[in-house]
Amino acid sequence: MKSFSLFKKDWQSELRTRYAVNALAMFILVTISVIMFSIAGEKISEYLTGGLFWVVIFFSAMSGLSRAFVSEEERGTTLVLQLIASPSTIFSGKLIFNLILVFIMNIAITILFSMLFESFIIKSASVFLLALIFGNIGIAIASTIIAAIISKASSKGTLYPVLSFPILLPLILTLLELTKFSMDGKSINQSIIELSVLICYDVIMGTASYLLFDFIWKD
Amino acid sequence: MTNYKIEIQNLVKFFGRRLIFQGIDFSFTSGNVYGISGPNGSGKSTIVKIIAGLISPTRGQVIHIYNEKKLNADQLHEQLGFVSPYLVLYDEFTAEENLEFSAKIRGLSFNPENSNQLLQDFGLEKRKNDLVRAYSSGMKQRLKFAFALLHQPKFLILDEPTSNLDNDGKERVYKMIEREKKDKLIIVASNEEADLALCSSVLNLNDFKNKK
Repeated sequence: MKSFSLFKKDWQSELRTRYAVNALAMFILVTISVIMFSIAGEKISEYLTGGLFWVVIFFSAMSGLSRAFVSEEERGTTLVLQLIASPSTIFSGKLIFNLILVFIMNIAITILFSMLFESFIIKSASVFLLALIFGNIGIAIASTIIAAIISKASSKGTLYPVLSFPILLPLILTLLELTKFSMDGKSINQSIIELSVLICYDVIMGTASYLLFDFIWKD
Repeated sequence: MTNYKIEIQNLVKFFGRRLIFQGIDFSFTSGNVYGISGPNGSGKSTIVKIIAGLISPTRGQVIHIYNEKKLNADQLHEQLGFVSPYLVLYDEFTAEENLEFSAKIRGLSFNPENSNQLLQDFGLEKRKNDLVRAYSSGMKQRLKFAFALLHQPKFLILDEPTSNLDNDGKERVYKMIEREKKDKLIIVASNEEADLALCSSVLNLNDFKNKK
């Protein structure tokens, strides 16, 4: 309940300040436009479209999801949070916020890709949906903990993608594989190993993040 | 009466290789107002942050005891009210929204009457629906007192409590300290003589710079 109250505060703050939403929306539009211009109407392969889909998601996440902690640090409101909530409440609240943001962002990117790229054809919707759900959870957890780490640093903008890349790489590679499977029309049973890897990643990242957050948050 | 006690044991703080203070042993008990003084850079804000559990000491420890039970970090923020010039409230929200969010995030139900009373005590009731962004620095400082007192803490840390305040604001703060000291433990970190005059004992950090 406390975490949900923190999420509500962040959501209301986001609606008034548009710290993350504007950055995300602009990034999605710009990257998709650049891809459209660069392919210049040529038909690209299905697998390449799937790859570009996750590239757009990765960089969009990098541009907007760090705001959860960075905006608190930049505005100097971190101390308020430290005074009113325990680290686990803060992490959970910020994670809920990033989860909602990632889901909105990825649904928007999926819709745009389906409309704009002819070769973005998903034959197995169930595999793609599961990949998207567990992938979103993984991206949100990893982005939240990395945002907490970099919020104290002076060069936040550069550090965030640099730190995120090795942490998100196993996730992105698995998601690329699953997107390929969904384009090939493979069933959930045929994709069970990759889906298990995805779930394991989410569980490990979630547990490690909760354990680490106390240390990151305090000093 | 509340039984709140803080014991500081052999507290040492370095920032990098620079010694801030060392060898501080002190104990604070509820029903009193304690002062912490020292020149600029002597570590007043550092020691109150350590006492509040916001930063860690290099060596030594701070023990919080409430009704004979040691408090852990999670229990501490339920009992602590904190005011300082470097505390920044959310300026995209109104004063009342700030208080409402802080109560709910603490897991308490928001009591508008209590909130109104506090805002009235600090002369902000007419501006409670204005965004904090539109407040002057003195009004923001007043709001911090309402924020610190809303959850009825047993222990108050007031770091430079009268900074940015006009005479009326200072009077309201002194009145609040007189009222709250009966059943609370209050620590005031300041260089203002008028602030320190309210304290029953004062810890001068100058005495702990080169202590052997």
